Amino acid sequence: MIILPSYYLILSGILFSIGVVGVLTRRNAIVIFMSIELMLNAVNLTLVTFSNQLNSLDGQILVFFVMVVAAAEVAVGLALIVAIFRQKNSVQVDQVNIMKW
Amino acid sequence: MIPILFFAFAGVAIAAALFMVLHRNPIYSALSLIVTLFALAGLYALLNAPFIAAVHIIVYTGAIMVLFLFVLMLLDLRVEARGTKAFGPGQIGGIILAVVLVVEVGLFMTTAENSSAVTAVQDVQQVGDTASIGTLLFTKYLFPFEVASVLLLSAIIGSVILAKLKLR
Repeated sequence: MIILPSYYLILSGILFSIGVVGVLTRRNAIVIFMSIELMLNAVNLTLVTFSNQLNSLDGQILVFFVMVVAAAEVAVGLALIVAIFRQKNSVQVDQVNIMKW
Repeated sequence: MIPILFFAFAGVAIAAALFMVLHRNPIYSALSLIVTLFALAGLYALLNAPFIAAVHIIVYTGAIMVLFLFVLMLLDLRVEARGTKAFGPGQIGGIILAVVLVVEVGLFMTTAENSSAVTAVQDVQQVGDTASIGTLLFTKYLFPFEVASVLLLSAIIGSVILAKLKLR
């Protein structure tokens, strides 16, 4: 049995959809952040699959930059969550409405 | 051997991702996301990308997930684990949208018969080891590499300022 690249793409689609479910249904801001990480990783799997399929390393370089952006995003996002927790004493996203007027 | 490894890693990744989304305790969510990331690193190794697999483990489980767990331990979240409704209109709408997305992705995958995604890889010449990735990164992608350092610097400054912020 041969593993086709489409198997990897289907796995990536499933993981991305699980991440979408997490973002849309959870209320804890940290779990939403982790679901976003899962979606980024699903896209990375797609990039590495096509890089292998097309015999080109450019996709793996793009995965490298996605990791850089994810690290920067997590640092700033967690700092924001900690700042919100210090003010509201909660990280539930439906209790944070300080931008509503 | 490779099919067994693929299905093992894929099953572990999907099971741990579902556990992450469905579990109520955010610490268990973070730990199962780490399991998912390890399985993904194994899949990268299967796809001839050993450098990406190693960097993935170092950056994600070594830096990002430790940061997540650190923040989770810092904030006392046990107080608010209870007292939240399980299902609201937002949850139901979210599940409907997610089902639509799953159907859409499935249709796209099954109808793409003639694309290159359904043909097996022939002989692989390019293996993403450290030397070839580094050569490409410091020649063709030198400018994006430098821009990434500026992005990381601004993220460091931004998070320090946010952490020292006095809120009222």
